Amino acid sequence: MLISVYRYDPDKDITPYMQDFDLEIPGGRDLMVLDVLELLKEQDPTVSYRRSCREGVCGSDGVNMNGKNGLACITPLSEVVKSDKLSIRPLPGLPVVRDLVVDMEQFYDQYKKIKPYLINDEPPPTQERLQSPEDREKLDGLYECILCACCTTACPSFWWNPDKFVGPAGLLQAYRFLIDSRDTATEERLAGLEDPFSVFRCRGIMNCVSVCPKGLNPTRAIGHIRNMLLKRAV
Amino acid sequence: MSKIPILDFDAIIVGAGGAGMRAALQLAESGRNIAVISKVFPTRSHTVSAQGGITSAIGSDDPEDDWRWHMYDTVKGSDYIGDQDAIEYMCSAAPEAVYELEHMGLPFSRTESGRIYQRPFGGQTKDYGRGGQASRTCAAADRTGHALLHTLYQGNLKAGSVFFSEWFAIDLVKNTNDAIVGVTAICMETGVVHYIRARATVFATGGAGRIYQSTTNALMNTGDGPGMSLRAGYALQDIEMWQFHPTGIAGVGVLVTEGCRGEGGYLINKDGERFMERYAPNAKDLAGRDVVARSMILEIRDGRGAGENGDYVLLKLDHLGEEILHSRLPGIIELAKTFAHVDPLKEPIPVEPTCHYMMGGLPTNIHGQVISPDVNGNDQIINGFYAVGETACVSVHGANRLGGNALLDLVVFGRATGLHIIQALNEGMDSAEASESDLDAALARLRRWDESDASGESVPKLRKELQACMQLNFGVFRKEETMQKGMHKLVELRQRIAGASVGDKSAAFNTARLEALELDNLLEVAEATAICAEGRKESRGAHAREDYQDRDDENWLAHSIYQPTTRKLSKRKVNMQPKTVPAFEPMIRTY
Amino acid sequence: MVTQVTSFTRNGVSDWLVQRITAVVVAIYSVVLVAYLLFQPAVTYQQWSDLFSQTWMQVFTLMTLLATCAHAWIGMWTVGTDYLRVHTVGESANALRFIFQLGCMLVFVVYLIWGIKILWGNG
Repeated sequence: MLISVYRYDPDKDITPYMQDFDLEIPGGRDLMVLDVLELLKEQDPTVSYRRSCREGVCGSDGVNMNGKNGLACITPLSEVVKSDKLSIRPLPGLPVVRDLVVDMEQFYDQYKKIKPYLINDEPPPTQERLQSPEDREKLDGLYECILCACCTTACPSFWWNPDKFVGPAGLLQAYRFLIDSRDTATEERLAGLEDPFSVFRCRGIMNCVSVCPKGLNPTRAIGHIRNMLLKRAV
Repeated sequence: MSKIPILDFDAIIVGAGGAGMRAALQLAESGRNIAVISKVFPTRSHTVSAQGGITSAIGSDDPEDDWRWHMYDTVKGSDYIGDQDAIEYMCSAAPEAVYELEHMGLPFSRTESGRIYQRPFGGQTKDYGRGGQASRTCAAADRTGHALLHTLYQGNLKAGSVFFSEWFAIDLVKNTNDAIVGVTAICMETGVVHYIRARATVFATGGAGRIYQSTTNALMNTGDGPGMSLRAGYALQDIEMWQFHPTGIAGVGVLVTEGCRGEGGYLINKDGERFMERYAPNAKDLAGRDVVARSMILEIRDGRGAGENGDYVLLKLDHLGEEILHSRLPGIIELAKTFAHVDPLKEPIPVEPTCHYMMGGLPTNIHGQVISPDVNGNDQIINGFYAVGETACVSVHGANRLGGNALLDLVVFGRATGLHIIQALNEGMDSAEASESDLDAALARLRRWDESDASGESVPKLRKELQACMQLNFGVFRKEETMQKGMHKLVELRQRIAGASVGDKSAAFNTARLEALELDNLLEVAEATAICAEGRKESRGAHAREDYQDRDDENWLAHSIYQPTTRKLSKRKVNMQPKTVPAFEPMIRTY
Repeated sequence: MVTQVTSFTRNGVSDWLVQRITAVVVAIYSVVLVAYLLFQPAVTYQQWSDLFSQTWMQVFTLMTLLATCAHAWIGMWTVGTDYLRVHTVGESANALRFIFQLGCMLVFVVYLIWGIKILWGNG
């Protein structure tokens, strides 16, 4: 199989380039893309990428495979390979540190901006705060985010305004706290999101939904936030 | 020795998993100058993979529940070499620890009355084993570790903790007073080596499950903490005790939570027989993990394994129904489909015992202070050096950890360690400067790798051989003959690794270089494991010897201590003096 | 919270609302005009002029003109802040965007004054 990998080493290369590898895929199992990267690294130890849990929960190995973002460790070859060829590129829209490793600072900064922690200024009870199963259910589809950045780096609005538009991952978490029955900072959170960029740059393109490896739906969460902002304004 | 940049802190924490971040949270609130250094971004730490939950007697499922019952279970689960003062501390502090996480925002699953949902886990009983199965494990669906890790990271953001993400610790820096004064570390993005100076250094580096071929552990769980500690000349405790989780997905090793069996799933052999009824008539599939893992291997050995080669058994879940599976075990459905290509709603999941947890580690007291037993067997505290979480051996897990106690260990002792460091800093800590030669020593192995020429063997090849050796000779069942073979192989590997080379000399994000440094650590832990496993001539908890099948309390009701300077095994007394309850005397352990 | 002085209302919610309300105004006006032309397929100059000399039509047209300008301003401002950015067109991006926005503003003002002159002028 022809594997084409984006290569860039700031110590050596002036510009990035695609390097082709001809890889014999061992028969039997349908390998994951991460397995392929590990095989490549045995051939050429200079190929660099992030990886850790190899089961799709740590969010380290978000890459772009034949044009689509996803986690290398849970993407089987059968799902992405077209005419016996696989191109692996770093997540788009973020500065490349080396090869498939991108600088995720802007992504993390947007996450931090939405105050991703529970705010409740009332003194806590001696036990847990109670929450009904119905209220808890509202967090499903939100808290599972693994911060892999597949969605945000697939979003054109984020490409244009990475410093101003929070992006789908950050907004998903913003809604996770807005809707948590235990959080009391709704007003403060909404006030921080009402400008023309943070939320309203979402154009409903829905790339985020189509690439999320955990099957989450940031566009829907963004819609909910917009409704909350409108209700608050009128 | 060239000058390297120096960063200064009151305390540093190496590792940003549950333990490291809980300690960091405590320290951040003290206003001290602290930093967490981690080789991955905090939420990528392996705590994220924990599924089932965190055990704590909060009395949501059963209002009568008592932390002392939890303590009894834990002592019994440890096969009586868990330190009872530490277990007492952990179990009694557990409810407060869980409430605190909930207040921080952890999205626990809920009961109808709005309290935290608790599920049954292995080895859990009511009334000191007399009252039947308990449900004591607090859960956020089957993603408790993920929820816990993200919540702690969020808590740290709120508290303003300083993180050095993607910094890799090379070695401990030890001053002439034999105190620890920080670590040497590489900034991965630039490749620049720094000396991170600190008056207190906390290791929260997690486990080393990657010494085995088949493991539920992340690729980065390479025993960096124990490796650094051994090279600095400090001992490891009970390092032969490796937990094999009964349900890793066959062939891939991906974890399937014990919560599956807690919710009513069970194991079957190729004939569809629920075989655990034969091995553990009372607790059945919810016996201790060591017991279940051994039973599975025996089934397979007796020719009742499923699959083409008869080398795994099956975990049946379909009878639980779609609703329970979707609400309680959604992550498992996903993992089974991705990695085993089965839909657990319709077919059972192929599973096999898979290396999961390192019960041993750096011996510490309940404040997280690392202990180095001297020649007379007396505990000596190492100044400025702390360890917490899987990398530490307090010891609350002894010879076998109960499910749900790992996450608890992280937060309870993370907090305790933070508290102790604040107190120690306030009282003034030794901070004699490290000399040039001290720093040199902490950079020696990096220089060795950096100067290696291209002719040596490759790191991935040697790593694979090491993992295969450990899998074959130090797995679920062990015996003298094969362990001797394994030990010879490790001696050979040590020589070959000394001549191995790194095929990438670039500065920026050089992962080949890091994998070489990790291989050093794997080797240290593997060797310690081998020597202790060979030396402990009995069967206890996860350590099952075919040539010494019985527990030997007369000689081995003790911690094993591995001394790296002599490469020999010695013993350390188990603590049998809890402060508020009578000690639990060793009894025959059946489920 | 991100602020930018050139934004229409400097508030995302208002911008969003204004854009939708103005769109509705423009849509209704279009429907009215199209309907008129359907019913009067061979419209003469006189009929056309009569239509626009009625006060309701003059107000309606002016409203639509204002709505179009507001709508276009928000839209063009968004386009400018999306594409004319330092990381897409280089260091001159901010100056370019300012000129672009000035140009848009000029066009809208011209159309608005011209429109008013047509509606209420003597021509």
